[in-house]
Amino acid sequence: MSNLFSRENWNEILEALSANWFRTLLTAFGVFWGIFILVILLAAGKGLENGVKQGFSGIATNTAFLWTQPTSKPYKGMPQGRRFNYQNGDVEALWENVPGLRFVSPRNQLGGFNGANNVVRGLKTGAFSVYGDTPEFIQQEPMEIIEGRFINQSDMENRRKVAVIGQGVIAGLYEKGEPVIGSYIKINGVNFSVVGVYKKKGNNNGNAEESLKQIFTPFTTFQRAFNFGDVVGWMAITAKDETSITALLPQIKELLKSRHKISPEDDRAIGNFDLYQEFSKVNGLFNILSVISYFVGILILISGVIGIGNIMLIVVKERTKEIGIRRALGATPWDIRGQILMESIFLTIISGMAGIVLSSAVLKIIDLLMSGMDTSSMMFANPSVSLGVVVIALGILIVSGLFAGMIPAQIAIKVKPVDALRTE
Amino acid sequence: MQNMISIKDLHKSYQIGNNSLHVLKGINFEVKEGDFVSIMGSSGSGKSTLLNILGILDEADKGEYWLDGVLIKNLNEKVAAQYRNEFLGFIFQSFNLINYKSALDNVALPLYYQGIKRKERTEKAMHYLEKVGLADWATHTPNELSGGQKQRVAIARALASNPKVLLADEPTGALDSKTSYEVMELIQAINDEGKTILVVTHEHDIAQMTKRIVHLKDGLVTDDKIVEQVRAAAYV
Repeated sequence: MSNLFSRENWNEILEALSANWFRTLLTAFGVFWGIFILVILLAAGKGLENGVKQGFSGIATNTAFLWTQPTSKPYKGMPQGRRFNYQNGDVEALWENVPGLRFVSPRNQLGGFNGANNVVRGLKTGAFSVYGDTPEFIQQEPMEIIEGRFINQSDMENRRKVAVIGQGVIAGLYEKGEPVIGSYIKINGVNFSVVGVYKKKGNNNGNAEESLKQIFTPFTTFQRAFNFGDVVGWMAITAKDETSITALLPQIKELLKSRHKISPEDDRAIGNFDLYQEFSKVNGLFNILSVISYFVGILILISGVIGIGNIMLIVVKERTKEIGIRRALGATPWDIRGQILMESIFLTIISGMAGIVLSSAVLKIIDLLMSGMDTSSMMFANPSVSLGVVVIALGILIVSGLFAGMIPAQIAIKVKPVDALRTE
Repeated sequence: MQNMISIKDLHKSYQIGNNSLHVLKGINFEVKEGDFVSIMGSSGSGKSTLLNILGILDEADKGEYWLDGVLIKNLNEKVAAQYRNEFLGFIFQSFNLINYKSALDNVALPLYYQGIKRKERTEKAMHYLEKVGLADWATHTPNELSGGQKQRVAIARALASNPKVLLADEPTGALDSKTSYEVMELIQAINDEGKTILVVTHEHDIAQMTKRIVHLKDGLVTDDKIVEQVRAAAYV
């Protein structure tokens, strides 16, 4: 008889619930509100997370940057405070000796923030950051190539004097509408042919304008054209997905120290920034945030569920006589228990679904309002809940509906038909 | 003819605080199929208790109760519910209809618990509503019906599962005499068709309309006699 899918059962439940519409509605509101808050909280957390992670967007987060600093300890007859440079050989050595690396990109730079004018085109001049980079670099710090191409392997091998420039460079050196690809710019007196235009993704730590005023040239060309010899300014090293760069860093540092005759105890000579570690911290923060959201949301939900349990208790008391009649007419205890449980679960799920639908609608509206804005500097973007969250919420609803109905149902089946029918 | 109901030395006592109240003190009687029995007695005589035991709503402490050859003893709630549904039809003084259900749905309720499909259920329920003359009121809820109509819906409901025995607890207790006689006329007609009926009442004129009167006093049968049945139609 207590068949979940029987239409008869549903008719019974609907009849019972619609017998007192207003109260059913008020009861449902508790759970509706709980799930509404839960979803909004989770979505807001997600929005914050999306907003903050926008800053990382596209960047290979499993990356560390290594540069050189003066040594802090004398070693093998050399004084402290000695300056040194990475060399091309270090890149090879890293590839050969450290397993689990995905990219090792040597980098060099000319100019930079507040630098002097270093690029000339015809009558126009400008101060830009000029980088020497390998083709892989675009995968570590993705940029959108909106015209032409990025540096490739044959640029490297043939030491072609080619450059990929940002939109900020175009704004400074070109007239509006002038063709860019194939034109020449003079960097520190050396002519480079422009082969591509890029646009950066993410907010680059809020430095969006500066990030567009960059010029990328092949690393090999850069070293030769600007007299760098085999000096490597710094390196961007990305580990494969299955290992974290944080775990590989000690090994990398050890190798570099031995290659440059630096004391193994010297912690300062190899400057490094571990992006993965920073990213993990941010990730951890958001994990905590989502745990808090769940905690608060579920607590509110519980108060709603207790409301349903309460009303079901009253309903059972009120319907003592009806239950007695049903028992006299042949309802088994399971029929009664099933009905009370189903009523409570049904009420919980329906009100919960209403909550989910309304909160989704609210999120949609927020989304629409935000779609017109540039969210890159807002630390908040695309608040949303995944299907997984909705499924979890539904699971919580079903379980809590069961709990809400359990005690009332147990009381209902304890009703003795005789006593029930005697109540006048 | 076979005994529909057979009771042997039935005892029942209730625990009230520290005192034990001995309500039924060894009751014996038999009801044959097609019989129409009224149980009379002042309040406290144990007639309601007896009816509850007969209705499998309550269980005796001692003694035997055979219903259509089946011993009713130590039933679990599920089996008890099944027996109530299949063997017995109840008619109560206060009608005990479910207020938010239509007359038709009320009548169909015992059939619902038998697991009968909705279509068949509705047909059967409608049939019994016609039988009690309330086909036109099928879609009305109980509070749109008069007392007599309510009781007739209750009678239709009691008949719906085609039980072996009808148990009526003061069926006319809440009705005026004219309506009482109409209801009794209906009950007599049902008995004429061969249904076994037990009526608990304290009204003599109602008792006279049955075929046999059993008097209870202080938990014992004091008198059990066949009477000349008075047809209710004579009063209407």
